[in-house]
Amino acid sequence: MLARDDKDSLKRTPLHSLHVTLGGKMVPFAGYDMPVQYPAGVLKEHLQTRSSAGLFDVSHMGQIALRPKSGKVEDAARALERLVPQDILAIAPGRQRYAQFTNKDGGLLDDLMVANFGDHLFLVVNAACKAEDEAHLRANLSDTCIIDSLADRALIALQGPKAEAALAKLCAEAPSLKFMDAGPHEVAGLACFVSRSGYTGEDGFEISVPAAEAEHLAKTLLDNPEMMPIGLGARDSLRLEAGLCLYGHDIDTATTPVEAALEWSVQKSRRSGGARAGGFPGAEKILAHFDHGASRRRVGLRAEGRAPVREGALLFADSAGREPIGKVTSGGFGPSLNAPVAMGYVPTALSALDTRLFAEVRGQRLPLTVAAMPFVKNTYKR
Amino acid sequence: MTTTLYTTDHEWLAIDGDVATVGITDYAQSQLGDVVFVELPKVGRALKKAEAAAVVESVKAASDVYAPVTGDVLETNDALAAEPALVNSDAQGKAWFFKVKIADKSELGGLMDEAAYKAHTA
Repeated sequence: MLARDDKDSLKRTPLHSLHVTLGGKMVPFAGYDMPVQYPAGVLKEHLQTRSSAGLFDVSHMGQIALRPKSGKVEDAARALERLVPQDILAIAPGRQRYAQFTNKDGGLLDDLMVANFGDHLFLVVNAACKAEDEAHLRANLSDTCIIDSLADRALIALQGPKAEAALAKLCAEAPSLKFMDAGPHEVAGLACFVSRSGYTGEDGFEISVPAAEAEHLAKTLLDNPEMMPIGLGARDSLRLEAGLCLYGHDIDTATTPVEAALEWSVQKSRRSGGARAGGFPGAEKILAHFDHGASRRRVGLRAEGRAPVREGALLFADSAGREPIGKVTSGGFGPSLNAPVAMGYVPTALSALDTRLFAEVRGQRLPLTVAAMPFVKNTYKR
Repeated sequence: MTTTLYTTDHEWLAIDGDVATVGITDYAQSQLGDVVFVELPKVGRALKKAEAAAVVESVKAASDVYAPVTGDVLETNDALAAEPALVNSDAQGKAWFFKVKIADKSELGGLMDEAAYKAHTA
């Protein structure tokens, strides 16, 4: 148990008192006091999100505006390309893209979303990394950009097949947005930023709202009978089933985008032979991984039995092997699959689909199979 | 006539002669959340008091269940393999984990009765 002093030092999101009112079981997460689940429990919250709609408080994440001093968004895009291996110039106004900050060794400092809001870029970064990310932006981009930390905004995710109908009542444009569209929109008369995205594999939205109005908006959305509040527990099982990386677990400063099986997120223009190849930290190593392959790879893993294989479990090539060949980086029980699911790193030679491996769990070797991700088909509205 | 005793680790034991039926308490299941997997000891295993005897897993985490007394495992509850959620719906009834032949009845002395356990979890 946390000492009371520690609990008191935790930060609170603008929805904290609502979580407590709703019966949220509050736990420390990335320096915040956050709901891990509500009375419905992780299993029901997970299944509710897949079948109906869930509301998630993701206000602990960092929201940053990158404003070009020239007033031209291309200048902010060009500047940000110095820190990420993505094609930021190609993000059209009203669109967003998944990106990563890299370090000089080709590892990942954080993963993030980058949206083009017409005259500036809007970034959403991980809670645990946001102070470092902001310092990194300030240290490297202050010549061309004003780095504006939007700490006075909350972030609410609506996810699931009924998210669109719930949001449409408050934001007439919501249904016309496509997956990864993003921009300023009025929601219930409030000046919000709305993107059609999320981190569950479901269709849905993320709504950035002024902190002072966040509780009112969340309560209005929760008035929909098909909407349920969802805690961090189900957020984790949903993203795991969707095959999505959790920073600090599945990706970190020691994993390159190629090792992490995130090649799709690095556009051709930034790879060898592209119009703006390289030019980001660690480009030499990352491009070498693109050109010649990496020796290990993140893969999906399915267990044969019902015992969950969790983070940290060592992987072996056979049931008696002495030397581990890899490690599970995320693992648990997938409620929609009603079976254990995991992801982890293995030698590239053992990364092909259907490769049989073993995980050590409580001294026993449990058989696993390399499986395609996402484990649960995503339902993005493209 | 059975007597039910409790451990500080939130296990219950129904004592019938020299056999104890062991499970986790309703309080424990409410703290764990939705149970998705239970691993039980093998029948015949000689358990030592306080060693990890079983594992109960929720969506989020795995928790050990400790042997509340020393003794051999006589029987395990196969129903939990097919329906782990029984632990949530009937922790102190149908969701018993295993039965153990109590080797040393003096070990029961350190356990709590229902009133003491209620006070412990209050």
